[in-house]
Amino acid sequence: MPDIISKDGAITSDAWVVVPRPADGESLDIPDQPALIPADLWLAGKEHFEGRDDIGVWFDSHDEPELLEGLVNELKLIAVNFPKFSDGRGYSIGRLLRERFGYQNELRAIGDVLLDQLQFMKRCGFDSYALREDKDASKAARSLTFFSQGYQAATDTDVPLFRRRAS
Amino acid sequence: MYVYDEHDRQIAAERVAQFRDQTERALAGELSEDEFLPLRLQNGLYVQRLAPMLRICVPYGMLRSDQLRRLARITRDYDKGYAHFTTRQNVQLNWPALEDVPDILAELAEVEMHANQTSGNCIRNTTTDQFSGVQVDEVVDPRPYCEIIRQWSTFHPEFAFLPRKFKVAVNASEKTDRAAIQVHDIGLQMVRNDQGELGFRVHVGGGLGRTPMVGPVIRDFLPEFDLLTYLEAVLRVYNRYGRRDNKFKARIKILVKALTPEGFAEKVEAEWSHIKDSPTRLTRDAIERIQGYFTEPAYEALDNASELLATQRFENRRFDQWLSHNIDSHKKPGYAIVTLTMKETGTPPGDVSDTQLEQIAELADAYSFGEVRVTHQQNVVLADVRQDQLFELWQRIEPMGFATANLNTLTDVICCPGGDYCALANAKSIPVAESIQRRFDDMDFLYDLGEIDLNISGCMNACGHHHVGNIGVLGVDKKGEEFYQVSLGGSSHHDATIGKILGPSFAQDDMPEVIAKIIDVYVNNRKEEEPFLETYRRIGIEPFKERVYA
Ligand code: SF4
Repeated sequence: MPDIISKDGAITSDAWVVVPRPADGESLDIPDQPALIPADLWLAGKEHFEGRDDIGVWFDSHDEPELLEGLVNELKLIAVNFPKFSDGRGYSIGRLLRERFGYQNELRAIGDVLLDQLQFMKRCGFDSYALREDKDASKAARSLTFFSQGYQAATDTDVPLFRRRAS
Repeated sequence: MYVYDEHDRQIAAERVAQFRDQTERALAGELSEDEFLPLRLQNGLYVQRLAPMLRICVPYGMLRSDQLRRLARITRDYDKGYAHFTTRQNVQLNWPALEDVPDILAELAEVEMHANQTSGNCIRNTTTDQFSGVQVDEVVDPRPYCEIIRQWSTFHPEFAFLPRKFKVAVNASEKTDRAAIQVHDIGLQMVRNDQGELGFRVHVGGGLGRTPMVGPVIRDFLPEFDLLTYLEAVLRVYNRYGRRDNKFKARIKILVKALTPEGFAEKVEAEWSHIKDSPTRLTRDAIERIQGYFTEPAYEALDNASELLATQRFENRRFDQWLSHNIDSHKKPGYAIVTLTMKETGTPPGDVSDTQLEQIAELADAYSFGEVRVTHQQNVVLADVRQDQLFELWQRIEPMGFATANLNTLTDVICCPGGDYCALANAKSIPVAESIQRRFDDMDFLYDLGEIDLNISGCMNACGHHHVGNIGVLGVDKKGEEFYQVSLGGSSHHDATIGKILGPSFAQDDMPEVIAKIIDVYVNNRKEEEPFLETYRRIGIEPFKERVYA
C-alpha cells in the first residue's frame, strides 16, 4: 500500500485501490473496498454505481478527460496515472479536470509518482499523491515547497506573477 | 537589459537550493540515474564523453560585462579556463565536476544567470536576432517579448515533461531572419496588422534533426496580448497529443504533419478559445513594464563619422576590410554594430578562454554600454559602438584575435562541438571546420565569394544546423568510420529552405577538396555578384554532383 501524501505534505493512508483495466473479454472485478476503476468503464456502467461513494475513477495518461465533462463532481475521487514519471500528459489532464470541468473533490496522482514532480502536480490541481513505495515519504513536504511562488497562473493560482507585480 | 526584481531573485535562489538537494540525493543513491537524468538536463547538465558539460543560459543572447567576468572566474575556478559559445546563444562549460555544479549555479545566480531548461524535454531558452533593438528595420524590439516568454516558460508546471525538447524563436526584422524562426518548434514573426496593431505571425513545427522541416504558418496574426495564452494552447495540444512512443517522432513537427497544419491549427484554436481571456492574457501594463528594462542606452547626439572613416579606411587596408565585413549599420547616426569573431583558424569555433571573456567584458565597458550579445554564429556583438571609436577598437581587438574579417564568409563556419566533446557524435566536426578554414585562407578570394553559410554538425541532432547551411556538412558513421555527408542550398533566413543531399559521403581528408570543387562550380557559373545560394537555385544540384563525383 503506497503512502498517500496530502497537499501539505502530511503522510496518510487509505483503503482506495486502483482496479486495473480488465483484459479484452474479461469483466471488471470490483473488490470489497473503495475502488478506482477506469473512467470509461464507470461511464459505461454508471447506473450500477449510482449513489455509491466508494467508487472513483482513474484516467491513464493517454485518456481524454473530456469523457466525463459535466459529470466530474459525481465522483469523490479521481486519479490520474503517470505510467512513467517523465510522461507529462497527466499535468494537462489535471488542469483540465479542475479548471475546465470544475472538478472540486480529491484529485490523486498515481503510478510512477516521485518526489521531484510533486510541486508540479500540486500546481496542476492534484491534492493527493500516491508516492512510489521505494521513495522516502518524509521528504515529500520539502519537495512540495521547493518554490514559494511561480511565474505562471495554473490551478493553484489564477494570478500570474506579471499581475501580482502590477498591484 | 532585464534586471531581476525580488521575485526573480527568490525563484533563482530556490532553484539553486532545489538542485543542490537533487544532486545530493543523486550522489547518495536516492535518485536512480534514470530519475536524475531529466532533473539534471533541465539544469543544463549533460554527462558527456569526457566529463559533464554544463550549458548555461544566456537569455536571447544578452550578457552584461559583470556576467562575462563571472563566467571567466567560473571557468578558472571550476573548469579548464575556457568556455564555448553555442549555436543557440548559450554558453557551455566542458569540464565541470558534478558535485561542483550547485556551487556554480549559486555563483551564476549572484549575477542573475542560471542554467534552467537549457536541455531536456521542456521549453528551452527563447532566442532572437542578435541585432534586436539597434537595427534599422525592425517592427519593434523583440527582447521584451522574449523575456515575457522566458518568465512564462520557467518551471511551467504543466510543460516540464513534454514529449521532446521545445524551442521558440522570435524575429522582428522585416527583411532578415537572423533568428531562423522557421526552423523552430514555434517561430514568431513580429508584424503589424492593417490597423497598426502589433502582433505575431505564428509558425509551428519547423525543425532540423532527422526530419528537417520549414514551419508552416498556423496563424497570420496573433495580437501581442494573446501571446502567452496562445503559446499555452499550442503547448497543451502538443503535450497531450505529441508522440511519446518514439523519440525520433516526438517533436511537434511530426504532430503538425500528421494532423496537417490546418488540422493542428484547428485544435489549437479550439483549446485557445477556452483560455484566451484567462488571467494569463497579457496586459498593456505588463508589457510596458518589461519594455522598461530594454530602453535605449544614453546615446549621444552624433553625426555619422563618414569622412573620418573614409580616411582611416584609405590609410589602412585591413581596417577597411574589417569595416566592410564585421560592421553593421545602427539605427542611431554616429553608431555602429560590431561583431567580434570567435573563429580564429586553429581554435574550435565559439571557444573562448577566461582571459578572452575578460577582454570582451572590458571592451563592452569601454565601447558599448557594458553589454554584449552572443550570436547563433557563435560570435559576440558589441551593439552600440561610436563610429569615431571604431578604429581604436579595431586596433585593440586585432591582437586579441577578434577581428578576423571573415564574418558571413565561407570560413565563418557554424560548427557543433562534435566528436571531440560530444557523446552523441558520429564524427568530429571541429577538425573539418579547421581544415576548410586552412584551405581558404586567402581573404581576397573569400570576399569575392561573398556570403556563404557553411554549417557543420557531428550527428543527426543538427546542433550545427547543417540542413540550413548553404553548404551543410553532417558527420555520419559508416561501419565505425567517420564520414561526412554534404548538402547544398539550405537557408535559415526568410526564404528558409532545407538543403539537398549531394550524394555519397566523403572521408575527412577529402573534405577541403570537396568544398573547393563546390566553390569552383559556383565561381564558374555565377553571374556578376550573384551569391552562392542564388547561383545554386538557378543551376540546380547537378553541375555540383558532376564535378564532385567526377
Ligand atoms: S550535432 Fe550531434 S555531435 Fe554535434 S553537438 Fe549536437 S549532438 Fe553533439
